[in-house]
Amino acid sequence: MKTLAPIVAVIAVLAAVPFVVQSNATLNFLVVSLMVALAGQGWNILGGYGGQYSFGHAAFFGTGAYVTCILQVRYGVNAWVGFGAGIAAGAALGGVIGALAFRSGLRGSYFALVTLAFAEVLRIIASVAPITGAGVGTLIKLDLGAQTFQFQSRAVFYWVILGLVGVSLVIARLIERSRFGVWLIAVRENEDAAEALGVNARSVKSVAMIISGAVTAAAGCFYAQYFLFVDSGIAYGTWISIEALLTPIIGGVGTVFGPLLGALVVKSLGEGAKLVTGDVPGLDLILYGAVLVLVIWVAPGGLIGGLAQLRKRLMRGATRAAASTQGAGHG
Amino acid sequence: MPVLSPAILVSAVLNGLLTGAVYALVALGLTLIYGVLHIINFAHGALLSAALFAAFFAFRLLGIDPYVAIFLLTPLFFAFGYALQRFIIGPASHRDDRNMLLVTLGIAVIIENALLYAFRADTRTIDVPYAFETINFGFTFLAVPRVVGFAAVFVVALALWLIMNCTDIGRAIRAVAKERLGAELAGIDVAHVYAMTFGLGTACVAVAACLLIPNYYVNPSVGNAFVLVAFTIVVLGGMGSVLGALIGALLIGVVESLSGLFLGESLGQIGIFVIFIAVLLVRPNGLFGARA
Repeated sequence: MKTLAPIVAVIAVLAAVPFVVQSNATLNFLVVSLMVALAGQGWNILGGYGGQYSFGHAAFFGTGAYVTCILQVRYGVNAWVGFGAGIAAGAALGGVIGALAFRSGLRGSYFALVTLAFAEVLRIIASVAPITGAGVGTLIKLDLGAQTFQFQSRAVFYWVILGLVGVSLVIARLIERSRFGVWLIAVRENEDAAEALGVNARSVKSVAMIISGAVTAAAGCFYAQYFLFVDSGIAYGTWISIEALLTPIIGGVGTVFGPLLGALVVKSLGEGAKLVTGDVPGLDLILYGAVLVLVIWVAPGGLIGGLAQLRKRLMRGATRAAASTQGAGHG
Repeated sequence: MPVLSPAILVSAVLNGLLTGAVYALVALGLTLIYGVLHIINFAHGALLSAALFAAFFAFRLLGIDPYVAIFLLTPLFFAFGYALQRFIIGPASHRDDRNMLLVTLGIAVIIENALLYAFRADTRTIDVPYAFETINFGFTFLAVPRVVGFAAVFVVALALWLIMNCTDIGRAIRAVAKERLGAELAGIDVAHVYAMTFGLGTACVAVAACLLIPNYYVNPSVGNAFVLVAFTIVVLGGMGSVLGALIGALLIGVVESLSGLFLGESLGQIGIFVIFIAVLLVRPNGLFGARA
C-alpha cells in the first residue's frame, strides 16, 4: 500500500480544488488538462516504459470517442455502458495494431510511422462513413442526468476525470512494480538482450499496447461525454497524437507522474500564452514546440528527470562543500 | 463506376505519374536525411509549407517567377537546413535517435504555427500566365507546370547522384551513412556532414515548392498532406534509397490517381495508406531497401 500513498495524496489534494475554485473557466481548463494527462498516461505505458514511440495515439482516442457516441446516438445504449465499450474498443484496437506491427518486427521510426498511418486511415474512413456522421460529425443529445453521464456542474466532470486519472496512475505504478513491468523496461533498454534472457518481447509489447490503447481510449470516451460532439478531425486528428506524446515527454517519460505533471505544465503554458497575446491562432502551439525542443535539449529525462538531476547536483555540491570544510579543519 | 475508356485510364495514369514526380521531390530529401541520419524528419512537411510561402511571396512581392526563384530559394533553404541541424537539432538531441525524432516534431510544430501566426489559415494561390497552359500529346492534354515538374525531378535526382558520387562531401556523407564511428576516426567532421545532409534534404524541398506553386495553393499546413505521402514513398522504396524513392513516388502517384478514379476523390488517399501499412507489415525494409 505504501507504493500507492503518493498517488492517493496527489489525487486527494486535486479533489479538493473545486471547493476552492468556483470559476467555470478554471475548472474547464483543469478538466481538459486532466483529459490530456489521461491520454498521455496511455502513451506513457507503451512509449515510456516500453520504449515504443507511437505517433498515432489518436487512433485510440478517436475510437473511444466514436464508440461512445455511436452506441448512444444510433443504438440507444446507456452512456455508462457506451463508455465501457469505448475503452474495450481501444484495447481491442491496441491488440490488433500491436499484433500486426510487432509480428513484422517494426521498431523505432517504422513503428512510429505505422501507428501514424493507422490513425490517418481511421480519420479518412471516419470522414466519409455514414455511421460516424461523415464530415458533419456526431452530436450526443443534451439530456442531463447521472444516468446519461451528463452533468450540469463542471465539478462533477472534474471528479470523474480525476478519478480516471487516478486509476491510470495506479495502473502505471502497478506495472512499474510488477514482473511484467520489469520485462517491459528490459525490452525498452535492449530488446535483443531481453529476448536472449527469455523475455517474450512480442507478447510483452502487445500487452502494453492493449493497456495503452484502453487508457487513451478512456480519454476519448470522456471527451465525447464532456463536449457531446465528435468529428473526424477532433477524434483522429494529429493534435491528440501530439499531446499524448508531448505530455509524458515533457513531464518525464517512463515515470508515474510524468504525464500528469507534463499536462498541467504544457496546458498552463498554453493558457499563459493566450492570456499574454490574446486569442491569436498558432502562438500557443509555437510555445508548445519550443518547450518540447528545450526540454529535450536541457533535460532529456523530462521535468521529473531534470528535477532529480538538479537535486543530485545540489547534494553532491553540498557533500563536496562539507568535505572541503572538513579537510580544511584537518589541515 | 465511371465509364472507363482507355483514354481516361491512360490520362489518369499519366496524371498520376506527374503527381508522383512532385512527391518524388519531397521524398528524395526525406530519404536522403533518413539514409544518413537514420531519423524520420518530421519537420519536412513544415519546411515544404515554408518554402511554398517563400515562393509565393517571391512572386507576389518581388515579381520573381517561381522557376527563377528555384535558383534563389534552393541555396537559401540549404543554408536554413544546415543551420537547423547544426545549431538546433544536433545539439538538442544529444545524438539519440528518439530525441531527434521529437526535436524535428517540435520544429515542425513551431514552423507550422509560426506560418499560421504570420499569414493566418487563408489559402493563397498565384497566377502565372502559364498556369493553365497545356501541351497536346495527341491522346491527352497535360498541364505545362506539371510536365516541367516531371522533367525537373530527374534533373534533381541526377544532381543528387552526382553530388553523392563525384564530390568529396558526397563521399563523406556516404562514409558517415555506412559507419559513423569509422568515418569520425578517419577525420570526417560528423556534425558538419549531418548538417550538409539536412541542408541538401531541405534544398530538395525548396525545389519542390517552386515547381508546385504555379498550379498549386499554399497555406500553413499544406506540407503535411505531402509529407505523409512522402513517408509512404520512402518506406516503400526502402529508407535511404534514392532510386527507390523515385520509383516508389511514381508508383504512389499512379495508385492515388487510380484509386481516386475508382473510389472517388475523398477516398483517393486511403489507397496510399493501405499500401503503406501492407508494405510495412510484409516487407519492412521496403521494395529496394537493404536488409537491416
